[in-house]
Amino acid sequence: MQVNEYKPLIVAFCCNWCSYAGADLAGNNRLSYPDNVKIIRVPCSCRVNPMFVLRAFQRGADGVILCGCHPGDCHYTSGNYYTRRRMALLFSMLDYLGIERERTRVEWCSAAEGAKFAQTMNEFTEAVAALGENKRLEDLRCKE
Amino acid sequence: MQRITREMLTSKAISLLNDGTVSAVLGWREGEFSYDLTPSLFYTAEDIEQNFVFNDFCGANFSKYLVTKTLGIEGKILAFLKPCDTYSFNQLLTEHRIDRSKVYVVGISCDGMADISKIRAITGDGISSISCEPDGLKVQTIYDDEPKTVSYEDAMAERCICCKSKKHVCYDELIGEEGEENPDCNRFGKVAELEAMTPDERFAFWRGELSRCIRCNACRDVCPACTCEKCVFNNPNSGAENKAPATSFEEQMFHIIRAFHVAGRCTDCGECSRVCPQHIPLHLLNRKFIKDINTFYGEYQAGKEVGSRAPLVDYTTGDLEPGQVFEREGM
Amino acid sequence: MRKSLLTSVDSIFSKISESMALFLPVDDPTGRANYTRWEEGKKWSEALNTVKSPKDFFFPQVEDLMKFKVSGKNIELKNTAKIDEDFVVFGVRPCDVRSFDVLDNVFLSEPRDGYYAARRKHGIIVSVACSKPSETCFCHTFGIDPAGEYGDVTVWKGENELFWKANTEKGEKVMELISEFTESCDDNAADDIKAKIEKIAEKLPLRNLSAENFGGDKTDEYFDRPEWKSLSESCLGCGTCTFVCPTCQCYDIKDFNTGKDVIRFRCWDSCMYSEFTQMSAGQPRLTQLERFRQRFMHKLVYYPANYDGMFSCVGCGRCLKSCPIHMNIVKVMKTLGGKADE
Repeated sequence: MQVNEYKPLIVAFCCNWCSYAGADLAGNNRLSYPDNVKIIRVPCSCRVNPMFVLRAFQRGADGVILCGCHPGDCHYTSGNYYTRRRMALLFSMLDYLGIERERTRVEWCSAAEGAKFAQTMNEFTEAVAALGENKRLEDLRCKE
Repeated sequence: MQRITREMLTSKAISLLNDGTVSAVLGWREGEFSYDLTPSLFYTAEDIEQNFVFNDFCGANFSKYLVTKTLGIEGKILAFLKPCDTYSFNQLLTEHRIDRSKVYVVGISCDGMADISKIRAITGDGISSISCEPDGLKVQTIYDDEPKTVSYEDAMAERCICCKSKKHVCYDELIGEEGEENPDCNRFGKVAELEAMTPDERFAFWRGELSRCIRCNACRDVCPACTCEKCVFNNPNSGAENKAPATSFEEQMFHIIRAFHVAGRCTDCGECSRVCPQHIPLHLLNRKFIKDINTFYGEYQAGKEVGSRAPLVDYTTGDLEPGQVFEREGM
Repeated sequence: MRKSLLTSVDSIFSKISESMALFLPVDDPTGRANYTRWEEGKKWSEALNTVKSPKDFFFPQVEDLMKFKVSGKNIELKNTAKIDEDFVVFGVRPCDVRSFDVLDNVFLSEPRDGYYAARRKHGIIVSVACSKPSETCFCHTFGIDPAGEYGDVTVWKGENELFWKANTEKGEKVMELISEFTESCDDNAADDIKAKIEKIAEKLPLRNLSAENFGGDKTDEYFDRPEWKSLSESCLGCGTCTFVCPTCQCYDIKDFNTGKDVIRFRCWDSCMYSEFTQMSAGQPRLTQLERFRQRFMHKLVYYPANYDGMFSCVGCGRCLKSCPIHMNIVKVMKTLGGKADE
């Protein structure tokens, strides 16, 4: 029997100081999370502007997740506080345009939370897989 | 009908020009028909007497013009600002885009402006003249012998129907009566209606609206909050440049980014929707951000005070988490 | 000439669309008309004209030209344009039909534009006379008759009937296709309608606008006129006028990297934009005044200089209705020297 299991493409923006190190720790601890999570390292979660999120969808992502230091722990003191406001508004806007709200997420994950990182990615991938392919924010030119 | 008359404005303009307080006047120049007025600078009393117009079609927001017009001129510019224009003006002052000392602001009270396409829908095409009478707009078309009367209520632009404030937040001098803020204007009514729909319905609604976009950029270029010298969408080096919506994705991206970029700075003047040749209700995107900001971070009205901190360049440690956005009641 | 009942118009549309794509003006929820592909249930709009002009059918706003893929030293090219099916555009107004002549001059002269030419070859235009012109109409200025015979087929709309006249071989084919719904009638049958249109047209406020003071030899006369400053001072620099215009033909060619290959496409450009015709040396027109002047000089002077005195404006009035600040070619012509109201 042939099983053609759908694997969503997940783009994870991870801040250099906490979440990217968290992903590293997950690896060092041999914790598994789906290989279809593609990590993009950013200096701070605040570096991610709304265009990054949209363009990830354009280029084929089915889900986009932002990971940064816990509020209060930002390497640059306050970067993630701005991220929090921006993404709250952006996600609400995407929902307003009828785009599935489960496709976007923000999760705070420290360098010590390798287990949380792996678990978050597993959960998020599962949630996005349940939605199926991203059809509402797709750019047909980038598919085929 | 406007309680402010043309004569009130022209006499004020001429006296300020003559006594040297200002060296130019930003006003409305007569067009071919009664409704197609063009914003324009007037330098002489003669020009004002002959070509200055004020009527129910003076909807254009003058604030953004002051960014560039104050640069190339000696002395002050007299600007007639309606209440909604003063919010945009303040916002531009907050962002240091206008030199306040170069502008003499005369606040004028406003009774709501008319929308020519609403009038056209009632009277039909072929409008040869419109006169503003106390009992309504008398519209003469080439197809009728007698003028038709359109009530001010029926002709009023959507944005004026739910006007948030008749109060000027900035002026050097005021003509007419000062009004009040109107918290009961229900300007978020349509946003709430959309929020109550299912995601599928919302998607279908916006797909229908945004697919008409011809990417003329009028919404961006008229917006008093959009004053970047070079927009990412015009910049070949930005990676996001596009001159035409090649796919539905690009339509969505342009409008999300346009609205997001002015989120927290948009005063809700409604110019974006006024100028859209395809009548896309763009203000509903901006209002969604305003409504969300109000509910997430507390009431905020951009432009109400000069120097206030826009919500997107501010934070509190106890802010709502993005994941909680949809956990709140009714969402 | 043939006639059909107005009530049978949907059957006619249905018949045509059985064999080819049919596009016609349809109202959107805000009551504005745009060309839409006909399908059961779509109603032909009563509006005088569409927001976006029908030039989109021959010179689309965005058009993929080719695809290519680079691997090592090889470039693999793929032609993405597939233009081999006939289509009908119904309800084109005389001014817009004339606009195709303006575009033809540009795209069909050497070097000939193959994409445009293919679309023109396959497109069949059914024009409909303007029974209700708007105050913004000034097609007379450019010698266009709102009741005249244009396109492959001309239709005149009466109270209860449509009158059809084929003007070309392509048009004959369409008439043959729908012959079951039409019957032949006297060649003068539409004369009443034509007379009525002419009577209305006489009342148009811009009826006497003249272009006689403009033309290919007027560059020196108009280029440095001081009036450009006041005319252009409140221009927002948006592209509304150029994108609703049926005759504006400037475009840009761009590459889009999809991640797998590169799509080379062209899209409309606007002389109102700050990056229009930008070169490595920079932008030749640095101020909005220069960009604004370019648009109107092109329509009224440069284009006539290149194409035997033909103007690149057809008086459709779209820019008069759409410009956010109501600055337009009529105001420019009147200010610079068009004779207005004698």
